[in-house]
Order: sequence, then C-alpha cells, then structure tokens
Amino acid sequence: MDYAANLAMVLPEIVLSLGGLVLLMVSAWGGRSVSRGVSWVSVAVLMGAGIALIGPASAGGIAFDGLYNADLFAAFAKVLIFFAAAVSIVIAPRFFARTSGEDLRPEYPVLVLFSTAGMGMMVSANDLLTLYVGLELQSLSAYVLASFMRRDVRSAEAGLKYFILGSLASGILLYGISLVYGFSGTTIFGDIATAYAGAEGSTKIGLLFGLVFVFAGLAFKMSAVPFHMWTPDVYEGAPTPVTAFFASAPKVAALALSVRVAIEAMGPATGDWRQIVIFAALASIVLGAVAAINQQNIKRLLAYSSINNVGFALIGLAAGTAEGVAGVLTYMTIYIVMTLGSFLVVLQMRDEHGQPVETIASLSGLSRRRPALAAALAIFMFSLAGIPPLFGFWAKFAVFEAAVKADLVALAAIGIAASTIGAYYYLKIVKTMYFDAPAPAYGKSDSALEGGLIAAAALFVSPLGYLLIPVLGAWSLAAARTLF
Amino acid sequence: MIQAIAFYLFATVVTLSAAMTITARNPVHSVLWLILAFFNAAGLMVLAGAEFIAMLLVIVYVGAVAVLFLFVVMMLDIDFAELRAGFVRYAMFGLAVALVLLAEVVIGIGAWSAGGVELSSRVAPTDAGAALGSLPNIKAMGTLLYTRYLYIFEAAGFILLVAMVGAIVLTHRQRTGVIKQNVARQINRRSEDAIRKVNQPVGQGVEL
Repeated sequence: MDYAANLAMVLPEIVLSLGGLVLLMVSAWGGRSVSRGVSWVSVAVLMGAGIALIGPASAGGIAFDGLYNADLFAAFAKVLIFFAAAVSIVIAPRFFARTSGEDLRPEYPVLVLFSTAGMGMMVSANDLLTLYVGLELQSLSAYVLASFMRRDVRSAEAGLKYFILGSLASGILLYGISLVYGFSGTTIFGDIATAYAGAEGSTKIGLLFGLVFVFAGLAFKMSAVPFHMWTPDVYEGAPTPVTAFFASAPKVAALALSVRVAIEAMGPATGDWRQIVIFAALASIVLGAVAAINQQNIKRLLAYSSINNVGFALIGLAAGTAEGVAGVLTYMTIYIVMTLGSFLVVLQMRDEHGQPVETIASLSGLSRRRPALAAALAIFMFSLAGIPPLFGFWAKFAVFEAAVKADLVALAAIGIAASTIGAYYYLKIVKTMYFDAPAPAYGKSDSALEGGLIAAAALFVSPLGYLLIPVLGAWSLAAARTLF
Repeated sequence: MIQAIAFYLFATVVTLSAAMTITARNPVHSVLWLILAFFNAAGLMVLAGAEFIAMLLVIVYVGAVAVLFLFVVMMLDIDFAELRAGFVRYAMFGLAVALVLLAEVVIGIGAWSAGGVELSSRVAPTDAGAALGSLPNIKAMGTLLYTRYLYIFEAAGFILLVAMVGAIVLTHRQRTGVIKQNVARQINRRSEDAIRKVNQPVGQGVEL
C-alpha cells in the first residue's frame, strides 16, 4: 500500500486534525487570553483544509483499501461544511463576550475543528466503519459544544439531551450496521451493494432490517421526522453560534452521508429505501411546517424550519437519480446560506443592554429601529419559504424537478402544498417586523464583520443568486454523477 | 491431558468464584472474588487460543474495571443489606428473566443447528487474511489495525481525545485564592530573611 498517495487523498482531514492538535496545545498553555487568536487561526486552518481539497483529495478515488472515497461529491460537501464551520467560529467570540458569565474558551474553535474533521470522514466514507467513526467524532464534539455555556441551565440541558438521544441513535445505527455486516459479510459500500443485488430469501430480509435501522440512525443525525424530537430543545438551549453550526454543517454532512449510503451501498435496494425516504421527507415537511406555527422563540422556530428543509432535501434523494442528488447538493448549498444568515440576524437581536433576546415578539417593529437588519431577515424568511424571486425558490425547484422526472409527481405535489403551510410562519415573522408596534429599544449594530456577513448572505439569496445557477448547477451535477 | 486438567481447574475456579461474588456478605470481598473470576476466565481464553482476549481481560477488566468497582464500593457508603432486602419479593421476577434467557439460548442454538440463516463467515475480508492465518492473533490484529485500518484507528484515537477535552472543558474550573506550595521558594528561604532580632526596651510597645 502506498501511504503517500493515500495520505494525499485524506489531506483535508489531516490538516484539520493536526491544526486542531496544535491549537489545543496553544489553548492549554495560553488560557482564555488566546481565544481570539485561536479562533482566527482555526478559520485559517479551515481555509487550508479547503485548499487541500484541490488535487487528489477531490479526484483521487478510493483510499486506504476502500475505507475512504475522495471524490468530487465528498469535496463538494466538504466545501459547504468548512464554510459553515468557519462562519460559526467567526461569530462566536462576540457572542460569548456579550452574554454575561462566560468568556469564550479557546476549546470552542478546537472542538469545531475536530467535529469538522469527523464530518469530512463522514462524507468521504466508503466503509461502514469509517461512517461510524466519523459520525462519532462529529457527534461527540457536538455534545460538548451544545453544553459549552456550562453555567447556563438550558445549555447544560441541551447538551445532556443531545448526548443521551444521540447515543441512542448511534446504538440504533450500529445495530443496523452489524445486521448489514452479518448478512453481507463486508463493510465496504461497493461490496454491500453487490450483496443487496444478489440477496434473496432470508438473507434479503436480514439485509432489509439492517437498511431500516441504518436509515433510522441517519435520520436522527439529520433530524428528519420521526427522529426529530431533540432538535427544538437542543437548538433552543445551545449557545446561538453553536446552534448556527448544528443547523448547517452537521446537517450537510448527515445528508451527504445518507445520500452516499443510499446510492453507493444500497443502490440495488432503491425501491426499499425509497419508501422510508419518502415517508421521512413528507413527515418532515408537514411537521416542520405545522409545529412551527405556534413557536414563540426564534431559535425553536428555526429548528422546525431546519426539519422542514431537510424534508425538502430528502425529496431529491427519493428521486434516486443523478439529478436528484444534484438537487440535494444545490438545496443544501442555498439552505446553509439562508440558515447561517438567519442565525446571524438572531445574534444581532439584543436589548439596549446588549443582552440577547430570542422571542419573536421582540422583533416587533424592527423595520423602524434597524431597517437594514429587518430587510435582511425578511429576505431570508421569504427565501426559506421558497417565494419565487429569491434564490430559495430555485433550491425547491431543483428537487421538485428531479422528483417529477423520477415519476414521483404525487410526492412533489404534496411537498409543494405543504410548503405553502410553511410559508405562513415565515411570513408571520415578516409581518411582526414590518407591521407591529415597535418593541422596546433595541441594541445597535456593533460588528461590521457580522453586518458584512449578513449582507453577503442576503445578496447570495437575492435574485442576484440566479447568476450562480450555471456554475452551481454544473458543479453539483458533476459531483452527483461521481456516485453513479 | 495437561490441557484438560488446566481447563477443569480454571473452569471450576471461575464458577466457584462467580458464585462467591454474588454470595459474599462483604462487598469488598465480592469484588476480590470477581477479580479471581476474571483471572481464571483469562486462563480459559489462553487455552482456547485467544490470547489477545485473555490479555484484554486482565488489563481492562482486572486492571481498570474491577479497581474502579473497588473504589466505588469503598468510597460510596452503599447499604448493601438494604439492596438485598427485596430478594424474596423480586425472586419470582428474577426467575422469570432467567427462564426467558434460557429459552433464548435454547432457541438460538436450535436456529443455529437448523442452519436456516446463512450468516457470512468472512471476518475482515482481506487478501492478507490468508497470509495472516498462521500468525498469533495479537500479531494478526496488530497487522490489520496498523495497516489496513490505520485511518480509522487514528480517528478512534481522536474520538478519545475529544472525549477527554470535553470532560475537561465541561468540568474544569479555575479556582482563585488557592495557596500553592512553591518548593523552590521554600528551600531558598533563609533564616536571615525570616527572623529579626530586636533588643526590646522595657515599657515601649512592640513593633509588629
């Protein structure tokens, strides 16, 4: 085995892990005074990992005897993941400085780096073992991040809840993996696909049981209904930058991983997993839309919005075609920009003393106090609702088009109908901002960086985003084709 | 012959010490019996040719888990008499669980000998597998872990690191006002720095 070639293919993860280790040392000796420095170096490490994707890491193929797949699909997902991770590191120091009690500790960016390395493993997994180890690396860092504000009861509760339910989901996933391994005799995706293609009789039943459990475990990780219950509580309790991270990077990783497992490992059983994916998609869309209506807390509302959006992305997977997978990638690209933008706005929601406020009622009359912020949030909300001139519409259009082409017209029709229900609560926020009597005084913008990021995100989802369609469409399709 | 004697010796001691583990009155004795059971189980594993598992039993179970038990038993004030109090009340329930487990074992063996489900027998399917056949299993496992599964092995190390970092991040507190002992300063301190001789005149106050 040629180690140099293999190591070149996993270069992004090596950059992330080594960078994380060095920064861990720095933060262990330096203490809180080095937090900001460590944050900025972490962003640089993430950029370095992104640059490392050029070359064998995005076109190398199989590495480590089939454990790892460095293809364009993985590279596409990794770009999104690295970007989301970098944003959630950048926005953290200011948030922790503002909230009373806890300074930012330098372990925050380090844990995000380790989590990102785990996500890199997940999306590049070509073997059930890589899948599981990557998933655990990501999840374990996430549990710690969720309870990072340890003096805050809600944060501690969020971490504990996430940990217990996440462990349960890992157990379910492992059970499925052991069934698949037992009945196919291999953990490598390609060989599992061969086993699914040739299975019959009792072996077939065993493999299908494994498939159901694997999908149940993965559905938990991407918070698709019926495994979504943890999402609102964890998103509400976790510190806002961490919530922004949870709603973006791990979601892309879990979805990309599910796509890979569904297409590469269980491709011959498409008819079987399609039922599960269709159910999860429709249930997520409907529940995400209906349950969000009565929410008073903006973070809970965005949690339901993320459940809703995962449902739409799964429609693309249900199609099971290259167009469908390209739709998923397009959807996730636009989704993370909209979601990160929304959370950046949530970070700006503060009363005049600088304390964060999270109720939707506190947004009342925002258009008069901070018109630019209100306009940005309105753009994100319209875009999340999928209203045509904005870029969010294109995301939904891409997955629906793939579904219709794969003869899943009913699925697409129900999805479109449910998205109108979802539009209600997105529009309710816009109405609160623009037509309600102004709430008590509101803190001024204090960060040019966050303002700039919000403006960039708003620009991306504005109709100007359509200029990117040729590039985005071509790349996502090229990435999706590597799976088939 | 010698193997049979060794087997019966180990097996008898395992069974007896297991029985003593649950019947001993003193919980510390229970843990010590448990350790004896682990050691003899390790002997059985060596006889079965699984020396890796034997070593794991000694290192992990005796070295870590049993010692942990011992600490818990000694440091926590658990009233074991009270724990045992409900024995008669729960005896029927325990018996039912035991019967269910027995039934599962019987059914499992029945299904296995019927041969209905063809479980695959390949473990770690690799070309190197044939060459590894004659190796002792520690070597075989090491060869696989450090070559074929190197990537995942390293990642597993990272998971442990994250667990450690997480535990420290969530529980470590910087305490203020703690007086620390500085040995170098202690040793460097001379009597001339610390002691002052005063010729105190009578009738005047003392300067402190």
